[in-house]
Amino acid sequence: MAGLQLLSEYGLRVDGRRPNELRQIRCKMGVFSQPDGSAYLEQGNTKVLAAVYGPHEVRLNRSKTHHDRAYINCQFSMAVFSTSERKRRPRGDRKSQEMDMNLNQIFESAIRTELYPRSRIDIYLEVLQADGSNFSACVNAATLALIDAGIPLKDYVCSCTSTLAPSQGGAPPTPMVDVNHVEETLGGPGLNMSTLPRLDSVVHLELSGTRLHLSHIDPVAEKASTGAADIMAVLDKAVRGHVAQCLHARELSGQGADA
Amino acid sequence: MADILLSEAEKTFILHGVRDNVRNDGRSCSEFRPIELELGLVENANGSARVRLANTDVLVAVKCEIDNPSSNFPDEGKLDFFVDCSANATPQFEGKGGEQLAVELAALMSRAYQTRESFNLSTLSIIKGMKCWKLCIDVLILECGGSLIDAISMGTKAALADTKIPKVSVIGSDEGSLELELADEADGREEPLDWHHAPCLVTLNKLEDSLLVDASAEEEACCAAALIVGVSPNKKITTTSIPGHGSFLADSKVFTRALNLAVDVGVKLNTALEAAIKKHQTLKPPPRGFLD
Repeated sequence: MAGLQLLSEYGLRVDGRRPNELRQIRCKMGVFSQPDGSAYLEQGNTKVLAAVYGPHEVRLNRSKTHHDRAYINCQFSMAVFSTSERKRRPRGDRKSQEMDMNLNQIFESAIRTELYPRSRIDIYLEVLQADGSNFSACVNAATLALIDAGIPLKDYVCSCTSTLAPSQGGAPPTPMVDVNHVEETLGGPGLNMSTLPRLDSVVHLELSGTRLHLSHIDPVAEKASTGAADIMAVLDKAVRGHVAQCLHARELSGQGADA
Repeated sequence: MADILLSEAEKTFILHGVRDNVRNDGRSCSEFRPIELELGLVENANGSARVRLANTDVLVAVKCEIDNPSSNFPDEGKLDFFVDCSANATPQFEGKGGEQLAVELAALMSRAYQTRESFNLSTLSIIKGMKCWKLCIDVLILECGGSLIDAISMGTKAALADTKIPKVSVIGSDEGSLELELADEADGREEPLDWHHAPCLVTLNKLEDSLLVDASAEEEACCAAALIVGVSPNKKITTTSIPGHGSFLADSKVFTRALNLAVDVGVKLNTALEAAIKKHQTLKPPPRGFLD
């Protein structure tokens, strides 16, 4: 791994991308029949499954209800075989609990919770393969699953990561979008941003890794924000395609417009 | 597993159908639902398989680790089962909710593979008494729709068929600690396992005097007792289990009939699974995963 640079002299990253290129995103909605909404999303080699149950009645824990809005419950879990080194515990450790809290905050601000008082919406995420930007892929998958469940959102919630390649040969440091696992572990700052692109608002921002100088924050954040807007275009296309397919299937099965 | 609420009328309907050997979806009592199998989905693992049996969806991955053999069996490797019930399947599996079921399933799978006849652990030994391979078999339950253990056992067998163990050689020893080296690409890096005798577990649900193979969740809710039998391809039973709180009458013929039926179905299932795995390995279709 010695001598592996984030950005080669030809301007290519470790996986051959340019600094402003996202990884290939492939997704599918309605993967499972049991949850109310489900989605599968691949961002490069990071593969994530999301399932949404709700809105439904809160049965066991009456204290976890709000009288005026829905209670959002998220769970982030990584499969034991998702990382190259086998993980011992899929969930429940501190890092996962922190991710749960972050997801709760994000979706509490994105879902129209005031429409479902005293009920509960569960969002479960399972990372099948972790190759960097796991949290971002989860947020994107959860958005699709919520749309599949028919839960009203203020906007698509799109999440993207960005980092800063150190300066080479006098050139200023280059911000890069959509970090993969190798880039995450090589060091450098990692900015994780979740936005509502059409409303132009940031719902979650997290900086980890090494420190970032104040003058570099704007370009790196700008990269993540643009990345999120590009991801929204992909998700939007997927949603429209899925809806068209569902309508077509309904017509073929004879349910038609009168049903 | 999620609780199904059935009315008395629905239960009676299922019962009457089963008496005439016809189930709700048109199958006979000893037919399986269509099974989808896919190998090699998880790139990080040495072998993996995904089994989809109607609503039940299970992903099994096998990862190899180098470990010290146990002192009782110094010339054998180890098999370690881990089952994770994902909350995707039902909200009851959130947090630690699915842990009890997971532990039960892992214990059942360990028992099924315990006999040396179903899986020869001595092939996993690297250096007698010092180093061996430990196969970590990780099962992820994505959706529960009945016949969970059947799907898990099929997935395990298929994942073991997909597994390639890296070849290992000793290059030096340094004061009792050994240095191992993984073989080169040119020498044929990996070798497959002998998975052909691995067992398949079959669940039989008893409804009055009839025995149902691969019961759906609604049918399971009507049945009084169930019997799980692990059957290897050479007609041997590797493990049995009676889950839940049902029981079989000891002197009735049903229990013997159940064991015979389980062996029959188990052998057929093993044959069909082997055929499907061979077909997958020769054709090598591109992985579709969840995108299809």
